[in-house]
Amino acid sequence: MNAPAYNFAYLDEQTKRMIRRAILKAIAIPGYQVPFASREMPMPYGWGTGGVQVTAAILGPADVLKVIDQGSDDTTNAISIRKFFAKTAGVATTTATDEATVIQTRHRIPETALHANQVLVYQVPIPEPLRFLEPRETETRRMHALAEYGLMHVKLYEDIARFGHIATAYAYPVKVNARYVMDPSPTPKFDNPKMDNSPALQLFGAGREKRIYAIPPYTKVVSLDFEDHPFEPYRFNAPCALCGAENSYLDEIVTDDKGSRMFVCSDTDYCEGRQAAGHHGSLSAAPYKEKAPSHG
Amino acid sequence: MTTIAELPPGFADKVLSAQSTFRSVMDAMARPGSVQRIVPMAGTAGPMMRGTAAIALTLFDHDTPLWLDAGMSESADVLKWLKFHTGAPVVQDSSIAAFALIGDGAALPSLERFALGTNEYPDRSTTLIVQVDSLDAGRSFELRGPGINGVATLQASIKPLDLFERLRMNEALFPRGIDVVLVADDAVVAIPRTTRVVNKGS
Repeated sequence: MNAPAYNFAYLDEQTKRMIRRAILKAIAIPGYQVPFASREMPMPYGWGTGGVQVTAAILGPADVLKVIDQGSDDTTNAISIRKFFAKTAGVATTTATDEATVIQTRHRIPETALHANQVLVYQVPIPEPLRFLEPRETETRRMHALAEYGLMHVKLYEDIARFGHIATAYAYPVKVNARYVMDPSPTPKFDNPKMDNSPALQLFGAGREKRIYAIPPYTKVVSLDFEDHPFEPYRFNAPCALCGAENSYLDEIVTDDKGSRMFVCSDTDYCEGRQAAGHHGSLSAAPYKEKAPSHG
Repeated sequence: MTTIAELPPGFADKVLSAQSTFRSVMDAMARPGSVQRIVPMAGTAGPMMRGTAAIALTLFDHDTPLWLDAGMSESADVLKWLKFHTGAPVVQDSSIAAFALIGDGAALPSLERFALGTNEYPDRSTTLIVQVDSLDAGRSFELRGPGINGVATLQASIKPLDLFERLRMNEALFPRGIDVVLVADDAVVAIPRTTRVVNKGS
């Protein structure tokens, strides 16, 4: 029987050429959403089909791939995409941020600072930041053409009028290179400052919506705000319960039905790295000790 | 008369060579002014340089109308090679071209004659691939813009001599504009529409 044979990194060459041309245009026009002929992938929409196509178009045999889902290397989505490329492209995979050359992410930017030899690929569900304000594509396209972004400021203002502060906590809109307003994908706004002036190239792929966009390295990325209500990244006011980190983004984990909870780093690689380096939090397990053999 | 069997070959390994070439071009586009090397080599036809041939094999296909300058389009070998290896249609009207191959920059037509994209679809523009004499010696140019950490310095011997003056129109046109890929043998430098030349010495 013939074993099923796939092209390197799954996609056929014509598709890769089409995606590669879109990526080059996306880099040349920072923040602009380039339409592309998104393909069906062997996974459902919403599981990262856009990010997977971008990764498949750039990945080479020398790359080391890391995939995270909400900061974690160990969730179903991250593991299945990592295995997908290990199988179809034979690339080396890692969970260590600084060893990776290509990092595909669903909604987090690693805590460890990225460097110039890395590409960060975002999975994007809704690439159009204005879509919930204006459902018509023809209109949002015109608004981008005219750089008419008043509507977005009205939305943020309504947050202030209703809640007293800008309550948008994720997918917080940014302006790229002082021109295009862009959806940073549903990352927590805690991560927005990491997009600004990053040494790494950032690529965004939306499979269902068929858009690719990019932030080149060393590009100005500003979170929208008001003079009297400046942008503020949000973080639970607690150290990580496992590694004690005071400056990482935290997940809240409910531990019983009596209201107890713990806060742990969302970036598992960062947290494990810190624990291995000897940092401990309030709920760290005591180091495992061999029992002394009993003589008797 | 060259028959198909006598045509210079494409990539020995289509898949991995195209990937490696693309990463060089992507890095060049993401870091304007930086000189990237194209490693995999293919045969070249007529006045095409090695880098140009590799880029053609990597990015051109039936979806990308090509415009060729006089030196390229007069070479039957170039036309045959492109047709056989890429299948890209060669067009006479530069304003509908996805890519333009410029073998001799001295004869570069006015940039307004290429597709500049629209404000709604700025991506529908022509990418110029311009062959130049050198990307490591010659006049020095200081570049600024996205992808550049402060200032990048490019030393290059480029024709037309006023290429960067002509590209200044990108500033007023943005987000419309022209992206340029400079090729010298196996070296590649990209000048996307966001890059500004701030100073140049001799």
